[in-house]
Amino acid sequence: MRLRIPTLVSMGRKVGLSMAKARPLSPHLSVWRFQLPAVMSILHRMTGVAISTGTVLLAGWVIALASGEAAFLLASSIVGHPLGQLVLFGYSAVLFYHMCNGIRHLSWDFGYGLNIPAIYMTGRIAIVAAILMTACLWLYVYFA
Amino acid sequence: MKNDTTMRTPLKRVRGLGSAKAGVHHWWNQRLSAVAMVPLMLWAIFTVATLPGLTYADALMTVQQPVNATLLILFLGAGFWHASLGLQVVIEDYVSREGTRMVLITAIKGGLILIGALAIFSVLRIAL
Repeated sequence: MRLRIPTLVSMGRKVGLSMAKARPLSPHLSVWRFQLPAVMSILHRMTGVAISTGTVLLAGWVIALASGEAAFLLASSIVGHPLGQLVLFGYSAVLFYHMCNGIRHLSWDFGYGLNIPAIYMTGRIAIVAAILMTACLWLYVYFA
Repeated sequence: MKNDTTMRTPLKRVRGLGSAKAGVHHWWNQRLSAVAMVPLMLWAIFTVATLPGLTYADALMTVQQPVNATLLILFLGAGFWHASLGLQVVIEDYVSREGTRMVLITAIKGGLILIGALAIFSVLRIAL
């Protein structure tokens, strides 16, 4: 079910304000629909936290390699286990998303693409690019 | 409201928010490390992806290569730096109590420095 979002103007009319006087009203959380830029923004932060946590995995692998063959074999068996592979798959998807969306953020920092149509377009491009990169990586891992 | 502000000294107002801290420096470092991470991350993902299939000897050999060892250290350094700056902002945004915030930021940065140092030392030990 899709809820209609009252626009500023329609809400202004409802409370008896003319268009010129329609002032921002507080967001009504019960009739709010998530929109792509908002979802992508919070996902950027969430994936950033997830990646930070996941760096422990990569560091652990390097530390294991330096610690000797027994530690390395243990790390390899964890990484090679189907569950380990699933975690790595998720980790790579999250990395690619954060990277693609991060490039988008960098372009905004330089003032490019800061308008509504561009924000939607680059957002969709970032999502598709992240999916393609994840697919390429795992095709490479399993078939190359 | 007016009573509230008149009782405050300029120092009190400046402490919590605003230009008394190093916001621009933090912001710029976050962007610099982000730019560095794009090529380093692409290199790291496709290099690391081939490693688990390798034997112990082959994995050591790969990490020993001067280019690989250098890029791996740069990747770990830039990555932990970027993570530290990012997590700091997340905590600053959501944890409003100053004491808790300070403890959390210090603990997380300390943890990242520890893990990052261990990882970089490990690369050096393999490579040297």
